[in-house]
Amino acid sequence: MTDDRTNPSEPPRGVQRRRPRPTVGLNAKPRSATGPTHTAAAAPARAPHDPSDPETDLTDDGIAAVRPWDVEAAPAPEDKPKRRRRTVAELLADVPEDAVIVTRRLTKKYGEFTAVDSLDLTIRRGEVFGLLGPNGAGKTTTVLMLLGLTEPTRGVVRVIGLDPTREPLAVKRQVGYLPDNVGFYGGMTGRENLRYTARLNGIGRRAADARIDELLGEVRLEDAADKKAETYSRGMRQRLGIADALVKSPTVLILDEPTIAIDPAGVEELLSLLRRLVREHNLTVMLSSHILGQVQSLCDRVGFYSAGKLVASGPLDELAAGSDAAVELEVGVEGPPASIDAVALAVPGVTKVVPDDRLDHIRIVYASHDVAAPLATALAAANLPMTHLRRRGTDLLELYRRYVPEGLDGRTH
Amino acid sequence: MAAPTETAETPARKTRTESRRSERAPSGGWRTIAAKELADHIASWRFLVLLIVIAGLSILPMYFSSNDIAGIASQTTGSNPLVFLALFTHGASSFNSIPMIALVVLLVPLVGIAFGFDGINSERSQGTLSRLLAQPVHRDDVINGKFVAGITVIVVMMITLILLVTSIGILRLGIIPTGEDMARVGVWLLTTVLYASFWLAFSLLLSVIIRSTATAALVGFGVWLAVSVVGSFLIKVAAGLLFPIDTTASVQAQIGSYSAQQFFLRLSPAQLYQDVIRATLDPSTTTLFVTSSGQNTSAQQQIPSLLTLDQSILLVWPQFVALVALTVLLFAVAYVLFLRQEVRA
Repeated sequence: MTDDRTNPSEPPRGVQRRRPRPTVGLNAKPRSATGPTHTAAAAPARAPHDPSDPETDLTDDGIAAVRPWDVEAAPAPEDKPKRRRRTVAELLADVPEDAVIVTRRLTKKYGEFTAVDSLDLTIRRGEVFGLLGPNGAGKTTTVLMLLGLTEPTRGVVRVIGLDPTREPLAVKRQVGYLPDNVGFYGGMTGRENLRYTARLNGIGRRAADARIDELLGEVRLEDAADKKAETYSRGMRQRLGIADALVKSPTVLILDEPTIAIDPAGVEELLSLLRRLVREHNLTVMLSSHILGQVQSLCDRVGFYSAGKLVASGPLDELAAGSDAAVELEVGVEGPPASIDAVALAVPGVTKVVPDDRLDHIRIVYASHDVAAPLATALAAANLPMTHLRRRGTDLLELYRRYVPEGLDGRTH
Repeated sequence: MAAPTETAETPARKTRTESRRSERAPSGGWRTIAAKELADHIASWRFLVLLIVIAGLSILPMYFSSNDIAGIASQTTGSNPLVFLALFTHGASSFNSIPMIALVVLLVPLVGIAFGFDGINSERSQGTLSRLLAQPVHRDDVINGKFVAGITVIVVMMITLILLVTSIGILRLGIIPTGEDMARVGVWLLTTVLYASFWLAFSLLLSVIIRSTATAALVGFGVWLAVSVVGSFLIKVAAGLLFPIDTTASVQAQIGSYSAQQFFLRLSPAQLYQDVIRATLDPSTTTLFVTSSGQNTSAQQQIPSLLTLDQSILLVWPQFVALVALTVLLFAVAYVLFLRQEVRA
């Protein structure tokens, strides 16, 4: 069985590595028709993983396992005519050149339960992408599939142009991973734990020690480095976990719930640490979270996850602008709030002004576009100094409520 | 904590020389994992405690039987292999006639279980498993490394024990082992390690299946007790139920019942192991057909003759192969289950 496991030494592309399977015709169609993007072009040569064929199912280490009994993996025969199966090349045709993490129609089912449903995700080099969603929305499952630790039921995954199911070692050499609820060997010191990781990555002792010293400094654990890991606080463990993920000098960092169960001060510290590290190490980061504030300050783009589906994704302000034509502004002035009404309604674009249902001194201004600047000018001209101005919808919490209907802690099942 | 770091360094050096090749060759991750596990084992309390318990329980019967052995030694001339091997096999009358090997038979499974029952499930509950598997190692490297580390620590323990017994034999009784004595003890060591590996594979299997380390340990020790203490008794009862005999039974029926009993007994790894050590440590064992309590009854009825080592090995070769097969089978089951398991709890 071990002989079959994926050999990372094989050239990742260019070499034909076809499965010994007679039904090549299924995948053979549009190979030459793909665009110039390297990911897409390279894919067919690596024997596309046709996920709907149970014979191609792979175990977590890339061991080919024939599982004819795994009916769940294959769509029912009657589905076939309805949903045309697309080849890997087709699925990856639109992938940009600098994409680091790509998933297309990625699906994971556990029995009847669909944990991840047809996920399309593209993360470009240097991006910080936040995967947002309530507990149980399928975030961790997605992360595990990106690392090749769980095999997808259907769909395509490419990390740095590689299929994690087939070449898990090559992927894991370049991807640093901070699992949710990260743990360390309690009997070993923090430094020894990192050394072990370095050894597993084949880093030489001297190089590893230098790297570990540097990282321990960066996560500010120099003083605790030689204490046993079992004495570490939650926040210290999380910081050690970040150092641990960086030991291998990764190009991609995947953080699963990095701030969970840390006190607010610790979160702030961790976030500024992450911000600095991402900048200094020039990393592509994907982090998952159900805590909103951190993503707001850290992420270039976010995706909202709900019940295994990505319901919205994009830069925060685009998401905020995207769904509602109307813009809501919270406005407060010195003086009677009602005095806003006449001034605001005179500003072009403003459609209506209503009192806030919770705060007496706040008026809500609805407008067809962002009128914050002209409104402020108008109020100042009317001698009404503003004490409060906030555009609703840019706040992540509201976006979250908008996109994830079941709420913050709502479980999908 | 100096010890584990020291022990772990050797493979680290290996890894370094290989790091350049690591892009091409499959990962040697199991060696790194085995080195770390071994360092953990040797620094652990359970290693120390087990070593003390087993060493104490092995040396005590030998100490009490040394007078008897000295008597045997004075009667025999030349290099009689029985004298040295008696250190292991002789039960002193002042110690309820329990020989050292009987205690080893009882305790070896304990060692195997102790170094395996928390192999996988503790990594899971600690939250280190997903971190470990996110490193560039194959998933089977984890379980292979743990198995190798467990076997190594058992080898270390058994060699310590044998050296202890041998040195006490030399110092107290002046018995110098011959080449064949050493060879027989070597075979015994090999078999003991194999038997311990069987229990190690069993406990690793438990650690894959059972999520709680405490439950896995309890189940492991329960099975150990069942097999070691009441196992052969239960098998005899089962054979008696299947092939009942009474006083009026014909000779053929009695023989049939007896061979059924023998067959069931040989299903037990403990019985297989006892067969092997009886043959290898006692050259006067010429047949294993009688496996009931009397150790030398069959030999006594025959013209006393001693088998050479290869003849002794030939006698128990089937048992040896069966032990290997059982061990491989258990490990294979643990291996496959672990590879198929979800990383997440």
